[in-house]
Amino acid sequence: MKHVANWALNVAMQRGASYADVRVVAQRNRALSTKNGKLGNASDTESVGMNVRVIVDGAWGFAASSELGRGAVEKTAAEAVAIARASARVKRADVQIVPEKAAVAEWSTPFKIDPFSVSVEQNIDLLLAIDAELRSVEGVTLAETNLNFSREEQWFLSSEGAEIHQAKLSTGAGYAAYAFAGNEIQKRSYPNSFGGQWQNKGYELIEELKLLENARRIAEEAVALHKADQCPEGKFDLILDSSQLGLQIHESVGHPIELDRVLGMEANFAGTSFLTLDKLYTLRYGSDLVNVVADARQEHGPGLGTFGFDDEGVAAQCTPIITNGLFTGYLSSRETAHTIGLNRSGGTVRAEGWNRLPMIRMTNISLLPGEKRLSLEQLIASTDHGILMQTNRSWSIDDKRYNFQFGCEIGWEIKNGKRVRMLKNPSYSGITTEFWNSLEAICSKDEWTLWGTPNCGKGQPQQVMGTGHGASPARFRGIKIGSAFQGN
Amino acid sequence: MLTREQAADIFDRVKKFSSAEAVEVLFSGGRFALTRFANNTIHQNVSEENHVISVRTVFDGRTARAITNKFDDESLRQAVQASERLARVQHSDPDLLPMAAPNEAAGSATGGPAPQPAPARHFAETAAITPELRAEGVRNIVVVANRHSLTTAGIFSSGESFEGIFNSRGLSQWHTQTSAEVSITMLAQDSSGWQKSNSPSVANLDPLRLAETAAQKAVESAHPREIPAGKYTVILEPSAVLDIVGFMFWDYSGMAILDQRSFLTARIGQKLFGENITICDDVAHPLQSGSPFDGEGIQRQKVELVKSGVVKRVVYARATAQRMKRSEHKNSVGPIEPTGHGFPLPNEMGEMPLNIVFAPVDDSQSVEQMIASTERGILVTRLWYIREVEPFEKMLTGMTRDGTFLIENGRLQAGVRNFRFNESLLHMLSSVDAMSQPVRASGEESFDMVVPAMKVREFNFTEVTKF
Repeated sequence: MKHVANWALNVAMQRGASYADVRVVAQRNRALSTKNGKLGNASDTESVGMNVRVIVDGAWGFAASSELGRGAVEKTAAEAVAIARASARVKRADVQIVPEKAAVAEWSTPFKIDPFSVSVEQNIDLLLAIDAELRSVEGVTLAETNLNFSREEQWFLSSEGAEIHQAKLSTGAGYAAYAFAGNEIQKRSYPNSFGGQWQNKGYELIEELKLLENARRIAEEAVALHKADQCPEGKFDLILDSSQLGLQIHESVGHPIELDRVLGMEANFAGTSFLTLDKLYTLRYGSDLVNVVADARQEHGPGLGTFGFDDEGVAAQCTPIITNGLFTGYLSSRETAHTIGLNRSGGTVRAEGWNRLPMIRMTNISLLPGEKRLSLEQLIASTDHGILMQTNRSWSIDDKRYNFQFGCEIGWEIKNGKRVRMLKNPSYSGITTEFWNSLEAICSKDEWTLWGTPNCGKGQPQQVMGTGHGASPARFRGIKIGSAFQGN
Repeated sequence: MLTREQAADIFDRVKKFSSAEAVEVLFSGGRFALTRFANNTIHQNVSEENHVISVRTVFDGRTARAITNKFDDESLRQAVQASERLARVQHSDPDLLPMAAPNEAAGSATGGPAPQPAPARHFAETAAITPELRAEGVRNIVVVANRHSLTTAGIFSSGESFEGIFNSRGLSQWHTQTSAEVSITMLAQDSSGWQKSNSPSVANLDPLRLAETAAQKAVESAHPREIPAGKYTVILEPSAVLDIVGFMFWDYSGMAILDQRSFLTARIGQKLFGENITICDDVAHPLQSGSPFDGEGIQRQKVELVKSGVVKRVVYARATAQRMKRSEHKNSVGPIEPTGHGFPLPNEMGEMPLNIVFAPVDDSQSVEQMIASTERGILVTRLWYIREVEPFEKMLTGMTRDGTFLIENGRLQAGVRNFRFNESLLHMLSSVDAMSQPVRASGEESFDMVVPAMKVREFNFTEVTKF
């Protein structure tokens, strides 16, 4: 594919680009699902194409095509240049990109079992077995299961001499049981909502998740929720399981630290951020226990935000975002890094596919575990009166990322260190910085999970991206609970 | 763009490569370009061209799909083989129907009235929009921002697309259309305003008017006051109505009833909304957009979903209609017939109405008239990040955004800090005191619809944010 990229680079530079990069991308995806004992979806998708991104006259242009013949590729490159010239008609200053040493590299996701090598029969049998187990519990009215595998191969070449070939692999799986009775629909998901757990690894993830082993418990909880008490309203200590805490990190840390948002580039759609530039190194984002990193390196784990190089050819890095509660870093790109005084991009730029412009995306935005050994059961045992919430059900946050409200699938009231009753329709709300400053205990590494969020939307046209979020269960002091049902 | 004739040729090649008892190919794609601006400058400017085919094969009640964007013989052969491999290993599904024949697709097989043809939705002027024309449009928007000392961000996009379906029973459907869209945010120090519009024809867009309105909202909502959360009379502009009501239409599906995941389960025929709410799905409506056939090639019919507050019926794909006729719900869900709203097979969701039209209003009021008749209330320009909190009462949460105003004594008094709402759609649509005439509206939380502005009593705001 290098020759395809070189055709485009040559045309772009000949036509006046001061910088150009090309990505040639081949994606393959397999999706299998069942619903109530029948196959719901069975599809294989392949998409191949290329794009050219250029700076001409100090402005950006981008064009993409599924055609990889020389004529089509050169036409696409010429179109990118023409688009950049049109961009230059409405600019206030020339685009600046910080330097990056041109890398020549190969990188691929480590895996043990290629998921595409596992027979479809085996996968369908697994899903149908889970489905049957869920529906064997009386009161379950709908059972859904899913498996997803994807592979992306990308060649990145730039006019600065970068030549990077990457192959990324991801696997996802999960299921949900619904119980409809009276005037209520209750739901439980495993291992998480959003289609379960997703990581950049092979089929070994499916074996690690113990899907079938947990199906009966999940189905029984969905039915039991109908007899559970409504989650009370008021201020309580709140314990979040690691999956819900992962989404809390995503929404109230991951998005506001995107530097393009901060600079107003997303104002029309995704919004802006309360984290204005004056807050770097000055804002107490959270309590002293809060340490958050943006880490795309393999050593952080097989998150959906793990890679060798980003889509600007910048190597994966770890950036401290919150350090002992102090706000210390943004997610940056080659275009935005200089605005916070950096001379190198943080390497966080990714695109959904060959036909989308790379932009700042969360990598693995993770809350580091507590240093003292603390299990979830010990955390519960040390709680006088609080509410434990598990597995996200609804999520919403304002367009500057201040006010949030989350609903979870199931809650448990804790009194004197013990779970005393199940609670249905639990929800909590707050203001981002007040919430993180109320964190008072966090479980240790053995409770830490690197969750995958496969459905993060951003950009115009909108792009969906997978992001990673590591978290251990944690306790927050005096949180507003139950306001979702206030007044209804 | 791919033509119908080229698609027919590709379909013939696919058929030759397949050993399945039936084959279907969906075609989609086109050219799309989007000029994006922020901080009064064009900062992103993209175009793409892509053509995709999706091959479905069937063997004895088993079906699967493979998708590719490569049309050479080898790629087509691989797609066919991938689809056949996935299909062959499944268990046979007795509910899988034979692919639709041409007479069934046209609606004649159901015995119902033939659907009204959708108007032409491909406009040469829109297809011919260049990057230079979009840049010029953006420049004019920036001029408005500068005149008001504001910062602007937004998009101007254009494109042309096709959708087609061919199957081995002789069905063939093809649709082309163009689209243009403008979305504008105007930002001041502590306030903002927003407007958005799209249409198959760029001639229907008025970017300067949108820019002026967004600017006016930003200026007039400056220095927002914080007022307490609570229940307020609220005037929702059409985009806000679209964003929130869009969350219920997944439930107007026969499959959702069968799955017992719809809030309409055991409720069809009941008066769930106010007398003044009448809603249909009508792809042929002149303000609507999209293709006139569904994922199996069946012509989309006009379906009356709600009349005078009473839920009348839901929409059906072919197989869902067949299952519903055998189900315990068959006597309580109104008419059961394929309506042309199915998704491509195989899928889990069945069908959904995607061309929502609220009925014209006899005693309509403009937004200005609604404001004038409001003693104390809130005007909402736009809603954001709406999610379902409770599925059976359709309780939704979300935020106001980009132009939220306090109304007192019939006048806009000031901008206010944005609210979080937790509101039941059943309550909201039972509490509508006034509506404007419906317009084609566009938002970010739901698909485009023809909806009115609404004045709603006791809308439930539960929290206030910091801006």
